[in-house]
Amino acid sequence: MSATTPAPRSRVASLLRRDLGLWPVIIGLVIIAVGFQLANDAFLSSRNLSNMILQTAVLAILTLGVMLVLLLGEIDLSIGAVSGLTAALMGVLSALAGWPAWAAILAAVALGAIIGLIQGGWIVAFRAPSFIVTLAGMLVWQGLQLLILTPQSGQLRITDPFITGIASSYLPRPAGWALAIVIALGAAGWVVLRRVLTSRSGYETDPIARDVIRIVLGVGVPIGVMVILDGYFGVPYLLLIVLAITGILAVVTGSTIFGRHIYAVGGNIEAARRTGIRVSSLRVVIFMIVAGLAAIAGVLSAARGYSVSVNTGGGNTALNAIAAAVIGGTSLFGGRGTIIGALLGALVISSVQNGLALLGQPAATQVITTGLILLAAVTLDMVARGRRPFGGLR
Amino acid sequence: MRSIRKSFGNVEALRGVDLTVQPGEIMALVGDNGAGKSTLVKTLAGVHIADQGTIEVDGVPVSMAGPQDAVRAGVETVYQDLALCDNLDVVANLYLGRELRSPARGPLARFLAGKRMSFEATRILDELAVTLPSLRAQVATLSGGQRQAIAVGRAVLWGSRIVVLDEPTAALGVQQTAMVYRLVRTLKERGISVVLISHNMVDVFEVADRVTVLRLGANAGVFDTSTDKPSDVIAAITGSDAITAAEGLR
Repeated sequence: MSATTPAPRSRVASLLRRDLGLWPVIIGLVIIAVGFQLANDAFLSSRNLSNMILQTAVLAILTLGVMLVLLLGEIDLSIGAVSGLTAALMGVLSALAGWPAWAAILAAVALGAIIGLIQGGWIVAFRAPSFIVTLAGMLVWQGLQLLILTPQSGQLRITDPFITGIASSYLPRPAGWALAIVIALGAAGWVVLRRVLTSRSGYETDPIARDVIRIVLGVGVPIGVMVILDGYFGVPYLLLIVLAITGILAVVTGSTIFGRHIYAVGGNIEAARRTGIRVSSLRVVIFMIVAGLAAIAGVLSAARGYSVSVNTGGGNTALNAIAAAVIGGTSLFGGRGTIIGALLGALVISSVQNGLALLGQPAATQVITTGLILLAAVTLDMVARGRRPFGGLR
Repeated sequence: MRSIRKSFGNVEALRGVDLTVQPGEIMALVGDNGAGKSTLVKTLAGVHIADQGTIEVDGVPVSMAGPQDAVRAGVETVYQDLALCDNLDVVANLYLGRELRSPARGPLARFLAGKRMSFEATRILDELAVTLPSLRAQVATLSGGQRQAIAVGRAVLWGSRIVVLDEPTAALGVQQTAMVYRLVRTLKERGISVVLISHNMVDVFEVADRVTVLRLGANAGVFDTSTDKPSDVIAAITGSDAITAAEGLR
């Protein structure tokens, strides 16, 4: 017995000791789906999944933003407070000052970008740790939010039909189906086109099985999601917003020079600087993007709740987003992580919270479970990489 | 480089040093710790600005006000830490900071020309006879010699005419060292000049054509590896009696 045990164990170890990619988070989602469905068959109903998408939207946008900062090896603790303050500004401009909706939203996003400029500029100019600068920022922005909303007795109702409509409107069904089919055909076509072009250029193509999986997912996911949503009200606008932001960020990080430089700075900031990458301005821009996305999340959060209060963006908002990014495979050391992973990480957190709420569990259980999942995700990642940030031999 | 002088406060690191490298020549630069090797090389790389002296590339004086000037003059320095991004693949590292741009460009974004970079990278690595598991391999997964090869390949890819290698084999095993030697000779065949900093006399006599010795911030002789003996070079480095014999060879 003792002679045979080492072999399988080392095989498991070598299997674990490689880049796991998106598999842990995908398998995690499957386990969540099956487990909660067995416990309560309302979990995978169209109604619940549709609601879950709405519940995920704000967290997803914050997660996508904070993931970019984590890629640089930095952190932004202020995103919750920024979303609260910018939502408060939008509320005041819309409900009290009578600004049109578009102007109020634009002002909120602009304030977010300015906050990002201040924080990022401070971090770069004074070589201050982002943890401290954004922690200080969090306190200051929370204070300003309180200052703005205290005269309104802490809460402001949002009545503008355009703003509230963002969070409670759905695409007409034919338009939803058309969109799902276009995305499915586009995804399949893109995989095929890329394969043809790659093989024609004489360069090594991916294994055919991997492209088949890509096509199955690219067609199956949009059609499947549409089938589910069709059983309730259809495609919510919030989903479109999240998908648009995800798509843009996925292209930026994956296919542009700017995106390549983000990974380079996160991987080796000194090397990036020496090869002429403008590291400082890149870092500032990322902090601006993050805070701008936080502002969008704040606007959507206010739209969903028909109000903005002193609690908007408070509590665990920022920390949940950071946890989601890490669960989705983003490294806190910088240089590693994907946009899709971050999105799936946000889905893990919101689906667990949704599932536990469906089972009548109190908030305490939801928070504790989220913490344990985060711990499990990080531990699995560390074991897989042999405690080195990028794995590999050295 | 002629009569290069450089002081840091009261310390005179370089006291009028000359260094000449012919096209396609491998020049070793040796000397004890504190002899001024690093300072001289950093002056050539534009990291330090010389207090006095001239630097000429192909007979044209170059004013070195920063690293960008060195790069523009065709001087690439491969430092000991290699300046690689472990999280990126081979192609991304070869093109780090100078990514090729796709002709398809959006209103805001500049897109990567991934295919073209892969193609060029394959060509350059073939020419340098560097074998890697895959161009898409993360650099973190490569051996020390392969990493060195990528750093050198980057210098070649960027069209430099003088490549400075700082202790390239310091951390390498026997096989990896042989691979770097091969690489350095390939550079020579391409007409690229190589300045090789080394502590290792075996290294020096294995690959270099000539050896410039620095001692206490001044020249202590230039030797030819085909006619001179390692003991002469070592004598020049340490400044023992044999230096008088070596002086005659300058």
